[in-house]
Amino acid sequence: MDEPDTEPPLVVVPGADPSARQLCFAWGPAEVLVCETLFDRAGTGHGAPSSSQVFVVRRDQDIYIQTLRKLFNESHGIFMGLQRSEEELAGKSRKAQLVQVSKNYRSVIRACMEDMHEAAVATRDPALQGQYSTQVSILSAMELIWNLCEILFVEAATAGPLLLRLLDWVRLHVCDVDSMVREVLSSESPSKHKLFWNVVDVFVLQGRMDEARHLLSKEASANPTSMNMYKILDDLMKKMPVPSVGNTQTLTELELKWQHWHEECQRYLQDGTFASNPHMESICKILLGDEDAILEKKELMTTWYHFLVTRLLYSHPTVKPMELRFYAQSSMDLFLGGESSPEPLDLILMAAFEFEIHQVIKECSIVLSNWWFVAHLTDLLDHCKLLQSHNLYFGSNMREFLLLEYASGLFSHHSLWQLGVDYFDHCPEYGRVYLELHIERIPLSTEQKALKVLRICEQRQMHEQVRSICKIMAMKALRNNRLGSALSWSIRAKDAAFATLISDRFLKDYCERGCFSDLDLIDNLGPSMLLSDRLTFLGKYREFHRLYGEKRFPEAARLLLTLMTAHIAPCSFWMTLLTDALPLLEQKEVIFSAEQTYELMRCLEDLTAGNPDKQKFQDDDVETTKVEMLRLALARNLARVIVKEGTVEGS
Amino acid sequence: MEDVSAKFVSQKISRTRWRPLPAAALQPPDLFATGSWDNEDNRVSIWSAGDLGNAGLNGEYHGEPHLLCDIQHNGDVMDMQFLDQERIVVASSTGTVTIFRHHQNNQTLSANHRWEKAHYHVDQDTSCGGAACTGVVCNNPEIVTVGEDGRINLFRADQRDAVRTIDNADSSTLHAVTFLRTTEILTVNSIGQLKIWDLRQQRNEPSQIFSLAGDRVPLHCVDRHPNQQHIVATGGQDGMLSIWDIRQGTMPVSLLNAHEAEMWEVHFHPSDPDHLFTCSEDGSLWHWDTSTNVSEKPSFLHQGGRSTAYLSHSTINQSVVSAWLSNDPTKDRMEITNLIPNQTLSVNSLDVLGPCLVYGTDAEAIYVNRQLFA
Repeated sequence: MDEPDTEPPLVVVPGADPSARQLCFAWGPAEVLVCETLFDRAGTGHGAPSSSQVFVVRRDQDIYIQTLRKLFNESHGIFMGLQRSEEELAGKSRKAQLVQVSKNYRSVIRACMEDMHEAAVATRDPALQGQYSTQVSILSAMELIWNLCEILFVEAATAGPLLLRLLDWVRLHVCDVDSMVREVLSSESPSKHKLFWNVVDVFVLQGRMDEARHLLSKEASANPTSMNMYKILDDLMKKMPVPSVGNTQTLTELELKWQHWHEECQRYLQDGTFASNPHMESICKILLGDEDAILEKKELMTTWYHFLVTRLLYSHPTVKPMELRFYAQSSMDLFLGGESSPEPLDLILMAAFEFEIHQVIKECSIVLSNWWFVAHLTDLLDHCKLLQSHNLYFGSNMREFLLLEYASGLFSHHSLWQLGVDYFDHCPEYGRVYLELHIERIPLSTEQKALKVLRICEQRQMHEQVRSICKIMAMKALRNNRLGSALSWSIRAKDAAFATLISDRFLKDYCERGCFSDLDLIDNLGPSMLLSDRLTFLGKYREFHRLYGEKRFPEAARLLLTLMTAHIAPCSFWMTLLTDALPLLEQKEVIFSAEQTYELMRCLEDLTAGNPDKQKFQDDDVETTKVEMLRLALARNLARVIVKEGTVEGS
Repeated sequence: MEDVSAKFVSQKISRTRWRPLPAAALQPPDLFATGSWDNEDNRVSIWSAGDLGNAGLNGEYHGEPHLLCDIQHNGDVMDMQFLDQERIVVASSTGTVTIFRHHQNNQTLSANHRWEKAHYHVDQDTSCGGAACTGVVCNNPEIVTVGEDGRINLFRADQRDAVRTIDNADSSTLHAVTFLRTTEILTVNSIGQLKIWDLRQQRNEPSQIFSLAGDRVPLHCVDRHPNQQHIVATGGQDGMLSIWDIRQGTMPVSLLNAHEAEMWEVHFHPSDPDHLFTCSEDGSLWHWDTSTNVSEKPSFLHQGGRSTAYLSHSTINQSVVSAWLSNDPTKDRMEITNLIPNQTLSVNSLDVLGPCLVYGTDAEAIYVNRQLFA
């Protein structure tokens, strides 16, 4: 197993005091429960009773930021789109598609950043404002890294276009100077402004030649004396060969042209054309790629990667992807100049320039306070087929590991859990297991929520979870005395045991009250009646009552007898059934045939024989009277039926 | 589609409702309300559909919906409906029913009246737990609510206590309710039954029960044809759309295969009832159009990115001509359009008024389509 690369960060739990007593903890899916123990620091004696607090420590804090929910939801849509688009296209169009996906992700980050920025401006609470600003800078760093990864890995720009992309990247992200540019441009006469040359330098450093020339022309018209000098510089800037995206020229052509132009610049610098104007001389030096001249403008570039791109633009425009690492390393060293050590962001970008994709993802995982970024970036890179060779010593692969972490975070959130489901779906190896474990822990506050969770499980054939959810809901309904609902839930889960339990409750209620509740349900059981024996009995018994109510006595009698002889009715219920037979026996016309009467008698004898008079001493009198009444009724019925059948057969 | 504007709102939306228009209004609706669910702190919010100030001559609106005001709501918003221009009745998962008033002059919301635990369970420990109120319907000043406790409540907006309560009206969960006539209501429940209740009768029994044959698929939503009151549409757990003629039979007149998962809401277009809208857990929102006479009318729904399907359905011969019940050969086709391609998470609610459609999803977004019949 690898050693951890960095010391694990120290998390201070506010309120807990590890110096006084030992802490204990328990892992949860995305959280840790921490509480103080009775043991003091030495671990020997028992101190005073500890505080009765339990702390919940969360890893993925960003999940709980309200504004970021937009990021999670919108990127979920993009993620799903990417999984769906699987491999349909090949070659170039596939790459274009992936780049588009990457851009979509970035635009979501940007939109979120703007929202956060607005929120920061709108709020009056300084603490909140600080929090928002921190988030804005984190988001902007994420976008910066993502954009670089997009250029280097997703698009995999080749020599030539690579530099153009990097220039765009710098222009998009180095916005510290934008306000200065705006200030100068909006002033009455820009050329008189004290920051005029700074702005021109900014344009040159960012390779924005047209804008620089436009500004210079203004200055030139104000200084007719040095017109010639301006013209030469303008001409140089105009002629500067740049790689074109259209690919009409080969790299060699470009290099030749560039070499030629470079020599021309060199000539003008050496013959002192610009000697009279230090500003213009320094611009010319920059055009020549003079490192010292460029480094002098450190303040205008603000970052080492700006320096890197500027340096490449003027000294090595046809840089190949693989050469980037050397320039990057030396640029960082030159720029920082040993004064300050590189920050995490610098290291991440450096790793990207070195094409160490895993290093980029690792550093990001350590530095960023959310899994969103690494999970989505890794997934995208995986779709670019850049990560296949890498296997972790735990879990399956990096993409899946990170997606699982992210989705687990979502599941720990009270509301975002629905998003997590789709992420688990796209983790082939462990996604299912994770989902099974997480989904069971979703609190089911309303039936509607339960239905949503149930739908998720049913779609994925997670029978065990379906059963458990239905059981929870059935149990809840039962506790609330909602027998009808409880039965519906257990029918949905096909849970025979529970259906039996509820049927018994129904029958008990009937015995106590003499009438059925929830008739609308019991009358409409349909085929689900066959789920459990007891439920069948309940349905059939209710049918008996209906037949009886409709005065269809012979049918009712037949059904009643079948319930006993076919052993559908539980033995404990036989007495009730026999009592129900009493009024049928007492009807004016004969209903039970001789054979049926014998059956009834046998049932009664079975019951009394199998149930010796041990129990129910108080009820003894009632019971014996009942039995005797039944016997009497049966005997009389038998007499009548013998006479009747005899006469019918005799005639 | 450029005529749909979306906004991510950082809360899962359970209900969206247009504010009703005053009787003489000609403008399209501009204000709607949303309710959220499954949040630690749920909210009822009032939104402006778009920037009215920038309305062009052609009545085009620009911009996304923006929040006017919101208020904290205890429990999930299970259902809600405007009582009038200013008041909204909101059903909560805690069993409470609240009337919120929207003060338009200073754009605030306040609780106007509250019936605590209008729906509740009497559990074994005799402590009363609230039961989710799943549906609410208003016919100013009357309000009818139904809940998981199988109870039906009739309130009047200005009265403190319930006017009428039918305990144990249903043995299973009641999912939705709507008015059939001023004194009759329709409810649907979780065992596939549609019941008519006459509130004038003192008997606590439904006056009629209709049910799906066979599988007892739970019904989740119900709506009545605005002009022909005997035509009722319901949506079920299997995503099936059922059309019922409550004058006859006890079974649906037609069953139309629709969504792949629970249908959460069904609505006839209030002024153009040949159109029907349904939304579902599977993340789709369908527009059912029976007005199209396929041969002559140019189809405006054949636009890129939309999937259109024709569905032939057989219906029982009817004397009254209604597109939903008739089997007239020229009208035997129905045009069905899915308005949301590629959505993955549930569309929980929709509302149509005039040319406008608003819907809300579990992906925490609300969408407004202002040119439904463009």
